[in-house]
This record gives sequence, structure tokens and C-alpha cells, in this order.
Amino acid sequence: MCATCGCSPLSDPHQSHGSHGQHEPHEHPHDHRPGEEITLEQKILAKNDGLAQQNRAWLRDRGILAVNLMSSPGSGKTTLLERSGRDLAGRLPLSVIEGDQETALDADRIRDAGCQVVQINTGAGCHLDAAMVGGALRALYPPPNSVVIIENVGNLVCPALFDLGEAARVVLASVTEGTDKPLKYPQMFRSADLVVVTKTDLGPYVDFDISRFGAYIGQVSPQAMMIHLSALDGTGLPLWYDWLSSRIPTAATAPMPRVSTPD
Amino acid sequence: MHELAIAEGLVDGVTERLPGRKITSVRVEIGALSGVVPDALRFCFALATEGTPLDGADLEISEPAAKCECADCGLAFEPEDGRILLCPCGSANVAVVSGQQLLITSVKVA
Repeated sequence: MCATCGCSPLSDPHQSHGSHGQHEPHEHPHDHRPGEEITLEQKILAKNDGLAQQNRAWLRDRGILAVNLMSSPGSGKTTLLERSGRDLAGRLPLSVIEGDQETALDADRIRDAGCQVVQINTGAGCHLDAAMVGGALRALYPPPNSVVIIENVGNLVCPALFDLGEAARVVLASVTEGTDKPLKYPQMFRSADLVVVTKTDLGPYVDFDISRFGAYIGQVSPQAMMIHLSALDGTGLPLWYDWLSSRIPTAATAPMPRVSTPD
Repeated sequence: MHELAIAEGLVDGVTERLPGRKITSVRVEIGALSGVVPDALRFCFALATEGTPLDGADLEISEPAAKCECADCGLAFEPEDGRILLCPCGSANVAVVSGQQLLITSVKVA
């Protein structure tokens, strides 16, 4: 309890008294007159952002790279992770936090690929948030110097707004989706550090203009890198693995696997 | 419908700052590039505030325009289109200075 005014810090968690016992200014709900306008100037998502920073510090202390993987449903997120888990086995520990509205079907697939996995079901929720990811990280307890992929709920809108504590954001788009996806969902693509075009093995059968897609990414998200790959025939996968291993906070000691690529 | 989570964040933010006080109005700033749709937020605000000290409060939303700065020519400008942030010089290498904010600016207490 505050010795000067008698208010309880427990009812006033946003500001605390100084560590040396001095009385610093803080909000006293009882001080405000009826009808008074009180300036707050605070972020609406402050609570989520604070939890995300805690996740980020927890991951950094352990030398773990966390990647927030986002795309529309059916772009091949889980298939890419299954293939990555198998290819990287024994070289780069990969664990996965699976976000879906319902079922543990994706977690079962990832587990079968040899990875540690925790499934989050969001129910009606359309995105993961930092509190869900914090709980999942503590359940998963990934080893130091490893990679954790957070597979977000398939959705190109909502997940863009919520910081999970990740070090990087990766957005997938498959060649079976429209070339104009980056223009239709700029918020999502603008937040990406890496854009991955998936299912390139289907390129000959669909009307997807990869150079135009690249130009749109250049307009919406000029800082983002781009990789084209196929989790089916292995094209481009070494670039994806190199991208992951080069971002682990402390250097990965094991050599990266080589996957043959018909360029 | 992430606006429901935004509305819940708003209720949490206000009730933590002013525990136990009945709130009659809330002013928020929803930047043009924030990804939040004001009408959807109004709809969700009514749901999220039910049974809380914000129940029945007015929600006033201001929507500040996006402001950008070109990394190539240095021009400060307001993009005409929130979709592609393109400098009049033709460069897409621009930094967003403001427009992404989601802020609770002030509240009125009963």
C-alpha cells in the first residue's frame, strides 16, 4: 500500500512506486471528478505487446529463433513444415506451435515428421496472440539454439496485427492463389520479412505470373526477401533452410542438409 | 474479425488504468494503416463492453491519415492509396511515419 495516499499498487498495476520508496506520480481512480476527461494515450494492444516482449526475451535468452508463419488456409504451411522437419532431422532442431480453429490434425502430421509440437485451438478466434504463444512455448520447452515455427491460423488479415514475440515474419503464398494477393492483403505482406511462394511444381498448370507477383511484393513490401519453393519436389528448399539457420541467435553448429534442386 | 480482440484490449486497457470507475465515453485513434475497420470496431465494442464499467459508453473514433517518408528522395507525404505506399518520385522504398497506431487517447468517467 502507498504510504502517502493509501492506494493499493495491486489495484493500480500500470504504475508503481519507486524502488527507493519515493512517491512517484500515478493514477488514483478516486481522484477524478465525475465527467472529467482523463488522457490515457496508451496502445490498445499494450497488454499483448507486453506479453510478446516477454516471449521475445525468453526466446532470446535461450538462443531460439521464433518465426511467425502466416498465409491463407491451404497455402502449404503444414506441408512445408513436415518436409522441413524430415530434412532437418539431426541437423537443426525444429519444433512447432500449431494454430488452428479446431482439431489436432496438423499437430499429428508434424509429430509424424519427427518434430516436437504443441497444438493451440483458437475456437472462434481468427489469430494467435502473445498469451497463447507464451503458454505454448512453456509447454513445448524448445532446446537452446533451435528453431520454433509458429504456424498461425490460416488467415491473411487478422494475424498481421498481433505481435507474438517472433524474431521474423514469414508469409506464404501458393501458385494456386492469385498473382494479385499482395495487393489485396497489403497489411499482411507489408509486415513480412520473407515471402515464400509455394507449390512451384504446379506452376505449369496454373495461371500464376511469378514475376508480376514479385513486382507487387516490391511495391507493397520492398524490404521483404522472396524464396520460391516446392515442398513436393524440393526446389528452393536449401534457400529456406539457409534462411532459417542464418537467423538463429547463436550460430548453429551442425552443417545444413543438402537437398538436390532442379533449378 | 480481429476487431473483437481489439475491443477486448480496449476494455482491459481502460479498466486496468481506472479500476472500478464507470466510463461514459472513450476516444480512440485508429490509424488508416492499422488494419482495423472502425465500423467493425464499433460493432464489437458493444459486445466487449457488456457487463464491464464501459457498458453503454460512447466510442469516438478518429482516423488519422497515413504519413510516410521516402528513403530515396526524403519527401514527407500522405499516400493517396493505403494499399501501395508509393512516393510521388516513384520509389516504393518508404517508411511509415504514422498511420499504424491503435491508441486509447482519453476517457470520460461518470
